[in-house]
Amino acid sequence: MAAEGKTIDALSQFELTHAFGPIGAAVNFTQSNAHMLAAAVVIVAVMAMGIAPRAVVPGRLQSLAEMFYEFLENLVTGQVGHEGKRYFPFVFTLFMFVLFGNVIGLLPFAFTYTSHIAVTFALAAIVFLVTTIVALALHGKKFFGYFFPEGAPLWLAPIIVPVEVVSYLSRPISLSVRLFANMVAGHVLLKVFATFVVLLGGLGAIGPVVAVLPLGVNVLLIGFELLVAFLQAYVFAILTSIYLHDAVHLH
Amino acid sequence: MSEQNDFERRLQQARQKQGLEQKPETTASGALPGGGWRIGLRAGTEVVSALIAGAGLGWLLDWWLGSFPWLFLVFFVVGGAAGVLNVYRLINPRNSAR
Repeated sequence: MAAEGKTIDALSQFELTHAFGPIGAAVNFTQSNAHMLAAAVVIVAVMAMGIAPRAVVPGRLQSLAEMFYEFLENLVTGQVGHEGKRYFPFVFTLFMFVLFGNVIGLLPFAFTYTSHIAVTFALAAIVFLVTTIVALALHGKKFFGYFFPEGAPLWLAPIIVPVEVVSYLSRPISLSVRLFANMVAGHVLLKVFATFVVLLGGLGAIGPVVAVLPLGVNVLLIGFELLVAFLQAYVFAILTSIYLHDAVHLH
Repeated sequence: MSEQNDFERRLQQARQKQGLEQKPETTASGALPGGGWRIGLRAGTEVVSALIAGAGLGWLLDWWLGSFPWLFLVFFVVGGAAGVLNVYRLINPRNSAR
C-alpha cells in the first residue's frame, strides 16, 4: 500500500473514492462522507450511551461524556462569558465533529475528512455565518461600528475600514487553513516515513536493521499526531468561542 | 462560619454555575496554547490568510467592475496590512484592553 513502484507516494491517501459500491457511486457518496457518517454515529453513541446510566459515580463511558461536556462548557463560558451558554451546543458539535474526524483518521485504512480544505472551509464558513448573524441579530446596525474603532480620526476611515473588513473576512480562511494544513502535514509525514520503512526493509541484509529507525520515528509521530488531532479541534473550538465573544460583546 | 453564610455562599456558587448571576470577574480560562513555534505558525497562517482574503476580495471587485489589475493591487496591500493587524491582535487581544 505504501510503496508501489518504489516511489514515495504521499498524496494518494487524500484521493476520494466511492464508498458502498455501485450505490455510493450512483449518488457520489465518497469514503469521506462515509467517515463523516461514522464519526457522527460514534459521537452520538458515546454521548447517548454515556449519559444513559445517569449514575452518581460515573462509569468509564459516562465520565468520558461528562469530561467532553465539562471541558467544552468551561471553554465556552470562559471565553464568551455566561451569555455563551446559548452557543454551547454549536461549539460542542463543531468540536466533537472535528475531534472525531481527526482521531478516526489516524486509524489504519481510515480516511481523514478534515484533511480536505473543502470540508474545513465549509465548517469555517458556518462559523463565520453564525457569528455574523449573531452579531447582526444582537446589535443590528451597531455591528458595522466594529469595522471602525471609536475615537479614531474620521479621515483615517478609508484606510481603517477596508483593513478591518479584510481582517474580518480572513477569519474563516485562517480557521480552515490551519486545521487542513495540520492534518495534511501530519498524514504526509506518516506516509513518507512508512514508505521509508518499506523501501529500506528491502535493501538486502542490512535493510531491516536500518528500517527500524523510520519505524521508531513513525511510532513517535503517531503519538504526536494524536496530540495535534486534539489540539486542532481545541483551537477550532476556542477560536469559534473567541469570534462568538466578539459577536456578543462587539469590541 | 455560620450555617447561614455557608448556605449563601453555596447558593451563590450554584447560581453562578447555572449562569443566572454574573461572576465577579470573568476568568480567562482556556487561553490559546502558547509556545514559540505555535505562535509563529499561527502568525504565519494569519498573514497568509489575510493576504488571500484581501487579494480575493480585490480580484472579485475587479471582476465585477471590470478594472482588472488596480483594485486587486490595492487590496493586496490592504490584505498585507490586515495580516499585520491580525498578528497584532494575536499578540495583543482586543478584549484584554478593557
